[in-house]
Amino acid sequence: MKRVSHWLVLVTVAAGLLALGYGGPAGAQPQKTLVIAIGADQTGLDPQTVQNNESGFVMSTIFDSVVNYKPGSSEVGPGLAESWTVSPDGKVFTFKLRRGVKFHDGTPMNARTVADDLDRAINPNNPCYVLARKGVDTYDDFTFGSVTDNTVAKMDVVDEYTLRFTLPDPSAPFLSSLAMTWQGIMSPAATKQYNCDASQHPVGTGPFKFVEAVRNDHITLDANPDYWGGRPKVDRIIFKIVPESATRMLMLERNEVQILADVPPSDYARAQNNKALQLYRQPGLTILGVAMSNDLGPFKDRRVRQAMNYAVDKDAINQGLYAGATTASQGMPPVLWGYNKGVSPYAYDVAKAKALLAEAGFPNGFSTEMMVYANPRGYNPIGGAKLGEAVQSYLTKVGINVKITQYEWGAYLDRFRHQPWEGFAITGWSGDNGDPDNFLGDLFEWDIAKGRARTNNTSRHHNPAYDRLLRDARRTTDQTKREQLYEQANKLLHDDAPWIFMNHTNQVRAARVNVKGFLLNPLQMFFHMELVSLE
Amino acid sequence: MLKFLRRRLLQLAPVLLGVSILVFFGMHLIPGDVAQLLLGDKGTDADLQRIRHQLGLDRPVYIQYVRFLGGILHGDFGVSIRTRQPVIWEIGQALPVTVQLSLAALVFAVVFGLLIGVLAARYPRSALDTGSMVGVLVGVSMPVFWTGILLLLVFGGILGWLPLGGIIDGNLGYRRMTGAPLLDGLISGSWAVVGSSLRHIVLPAVALGSTAMAAVARMARSTMLDVLGLDFIRTARAKGLAERRVVSRHALRNALLPVVTLVGLQLGLLLSGAVLTETIFALPGLGRLAITSVLARDYPLVQGVVLIAAAVFVVANLLVDVLYVYLDPRIRYE
Amino acid sequence: MATAGTVALRTSRRLAALSWRRLFAHSSFVAGAIIVTGVVAAAAFAPALAPFDPIEQAFTSQLLAPSRAHPFGTDEFGRDIFSRVIYGARIALVVGVVADGIAALLGVVLGVVSGYFGRRVDAFLMRTVDVLLAFPYLLLAMIVVAILGPSLINAMIAIGIVYTPQFARVVRGAVLQVKEEDFVEAARAVGAGSLRLLARHVLPNILSPIIVMATLTVGFMIVETAGLSFLGLGASPPTPEWGSMLATGRSFMLTAPWIATFPGLAILITVVGFNLIGDGLRDLLDPRLRGSR
Repeated sequence: MKRVSHWLVLVTVAAGLLALGYGGPAGAQPQKTLVIAIGADQTGLDPQTVQNNESGFVMSTIFDSVVNYKPGSSEVGPGLAESWTVSPDGKVFTFKLRRGVKFHDGTPMNARTVADDLDRAINPNNPCYVLARKGVDTYDDFTFGSVTDNTVAKMDVVDEYTLRFTLPDPSAPFLSSLAMTWQGIMSPAATKQYNCDASQHPVGTGPFKFVEAVRNDHITLDANPDYWGGRPKVDRIIFKIVPESATRMLMLERNEVQILADVPPSDYARAQNNKALQLYRQPGLTILGVAMSNDLGPFKDRRVRQAMNYAVDKDAINQGLYAGATTASQGMPPVLWGYNKGVSPYAYDVAKAKALLAEAGFPNGFSTEMMVYANPRGYNPIGGAKLGEAVQSYLTKVGINVKITQYEWGAYLDRFRHQPWEGFAITGWSGDNGDPDNFLGDLFEWDIAKGRARTNNTSRHHNPAYDRLLRDARRTTDQTKREQLYEQANKLLHDDAPWIFMNHTNQVRAARVNVKGFLLNPLQMFFHMELVSLE
Repeated sequence: MLKFLRRRLLQLAPVLLGVSILVFFGMHLIPGDVAQLLLGDKGTDADLQRIRHQLGLDRPVYIQYVRFLGGILHGDFGVSIRTRQPVIWEIGQALPVTVQLSLAALVFAVVFGLLIGVLAARYPRSALDTGSMVGVLVGVSMPVFWTGILLLLVFGGILGWLPLGGIIDGNLGYRRMTGAPLLDGLISGSWAVVGSSLRHIVLPAVALGSTAMAAVARMARSTMLDVLGLDFIRTARAKGLAERRVVSRHALRNALLPVVTLVGLQLGLLLSGAVLTETIFALPGLGRLAITSVLARDYPLVQGVVLIAAAVFVVANLLVDVLYVYLDPRIRYE
Repeated sequence: MATAGTVALRTSRRLAALSWRRLFAHSSFVAGAIIVTGVVAAAAFAPALAPFDPIEQAFTSQLLAPSRAHPFGTDEFGRDIFSRVIYGARIALVVGVVADGIAALLGVVLGVVSGYFGRRVDAFLMRTVDVLLAFPYLLLAMIVVAILGPSLINAMIAIGIVYTPQFARVVRGAVLQVKEEDFVEAARAVGAGSLRLLARHVLPNILSPIIVMATLTVGFMIVETAGLSFLGLGASPPTPEWGSMLATGRSFMLTAPWIATFPGLAILITVVGFNLIGDGLRDLLDPRLRGSR
């Protein structure tokens, strides 16, 4: 009998384990905690030294930049600087900083401390010079220019609350770049204390203070009661890392989390049909497409590229795979200024596609390859492979036989960016600073000086008239004039059809209905979380 | 025995050396290096060159290997490229979670595997036997991640009995000490922490342990059947001992030996299973660290994780061999 | 020549154990054979059985629940899941057989060389096998696939390599046993060369553990390939491979669970079938292997 009791104990323990489940989450909590589910972990929280979205999500709650984006917008508004002036030649930017603001560690924020932090972006002699640190991925040269090219900005502390930047060439996008979360201002004391690397101990001036980060589990932030923009309305934010999207959705439904940073199209309906949940959508500052090798194969002919654009039903794919959460693309995101309203996306027109192919000498079509990757990207929530499958299916109907090869992401980048591939490749882009040059220039411009495509012009698009427009636009300070130049470039780009322009993915997030004051931002970060409350 | 231990520990060195060579050159053969992945679909060629140079990736691979090996011999596993934190620190964060999960899975596998196997053997060819063996076969034939998703959906989602992943309830104010919440809860005497971590570990342990459980059950059943037919059992029965006592006292003990072997083998499989289980259940363990670092080509971190995993595997198997001696007096190591 | 006669006799005795009558008296073998025959039939007659083209897309009929027209429903591309599952049988079988073949071939070469030549060669090869065993197998498979590039054939190679050490160990053990037997000693005494000895005397006598091992692992290989697909390292789209259907369907688990459920069941049933056959063969041919994976 003694032995039997052992088994009994086991069974009882097993039952007990299950019974524990009925207890539910432990008791009420005194403070208001907002839990945000994200799909992957941050890799560090020092703004100047990282570039991934998840780090950005967290940093956008901890840091302010010299200027900030206005709530829910990619327009630049006051940040640590209350006001600023730009010289008529577009080269000198002068910022008046706020008084009485302190970093979370008590260090006063003023022109000197801000300059101390930004010095590591532009001064190679700074012991913490960012570009000299091992394996750092930074926007510093994007924003401030490069020391090696002699294009770097000069920074002066004019007085205790005045900071001035002088650029060698006029650069209108400078202000937008300065607002990026990647240019958030870190307390120079923290950088010093942690030996140039405060990425695990971030100290900013923002609405939330860093408390702790547990790798692949969560990041905890507490409200900064002294925030200059007003005391945050929740006491604590926890970013919880949950890799599986279905799990994230269930957690939201069970109120274990209150906001989902990414919602895949497959879950839109479920969120919309639940009265306790709200789906947030905003046209994204992104573009998604299928790049073609503009300099190789049949794609050298513009008519072939246009035919490919006519052959694919963007609206059907939008409805079918993206649950209607995208806008068909004509080459430029409609939310971006400089977008040419007179240019519309290529219509779905099989007859026209076939005619153009025949004209170009391919009446019977041709065979080619397509490179895809499996993982989702910010500009493509379903991953590259599914889009490739859909496009392949449409192209078959105009006689184009496409063989799809799937690559792992790293291998994909290696092939796509550094090898002279021929055929199709899934591609896309998320805006960095909200300036048209960041799309039209980065993605489709030819580097005249070096005589080759710019790094991110992976389709090797080359049109001298287009390049001239972009160069002129960068040197112009007059906003209206710039806008006109970009509109012209947009038209040229559409006609050149270097990609199959697919769509602009909406930014989609979901939250419990008791979350109030939550605004999406086109730059996809969690800006202005001090305005969010839990009812 | 000591001699045997020494010889086996000495064998550890060449195996780990082999593993390190395999992982180092394997990782460097994968197209797309860490610099490329850091930059993603952004960045310039100059950035790429700069990062490659800073990390020494522009040097010949064998020189990189020698430097890496030199570091290891001095106890320096290097620094994660992506997070710039020491590899040892990253592993130290993740390892306790995976150890806790693996042990829980193992306990589940052994306890339920033995229970099912022994019961099935006691009533061979009964409905209980057939039923449990079919169930076990299904368990061993399901992809781990599929089992995980279903468990999560049913018990976490639809029934709502158990948590939807994670290691512990975030509201408990849990502070990590050892990093294994169950142990931490016991140490600090916080029953809330213990209860919460138990509830969190049930589903992943079942998902991860189901394959091993099936293997244990099948093994236990067949060895029990063999043993129950042997002379000494017949003797025991003839002596008039109750069947229950025969089974538990005499047969079970003899059936344990192959089960122990099996457990040793399964230990090596658990980490690989943990890669998928930890992803499904959002557990911050070594498996997830391994997969994210392979995908990011975070070379030092991958090397560290694989070396640790290999060492754990080898040592666990050594322990199994040692355990033999206590379970089976006939075995002697010279 | 007398020795050759003995070998023939012994081998035929072993294989005699495989008589159809004995096999069909074994209930799990029969159950497994029925299942696997069904899968093979589905694969062979896929074009006749499948009501739709497995890769034909129709955005007008996407995410339909199972119905008479689409017994297993449709996926997010409007493709018929029943047809995809049927065609998927072809791929699963190829995956299982090819990966298994690779593992068996490499394992036999390693095991035979190691067991037959012994000493240094043995020590070296067995350390290599230890290294492969100690390496977390999923990471090993990931790294191999990542080097070769994700595709079905590369996934098969990776899984094959991962299972090689297990075959090598079993084969080595069997070779060591056979080597000691009188008839091999005798053949060596009459001056048979190594290759001849291996081919004529050793290999035929280690066939049964290899067969048992191979049937027992087919199922696992199908499951592991699915695991690689889960990590985005499997078949290239739009191949109707069960693992990738299951993996991509999991994001629809809450809204359209049939997308992942049916391929999941297909994997389960096929793997159960192979395991049942494996169990049966093992019981009849090589009880020593019982309980091993």
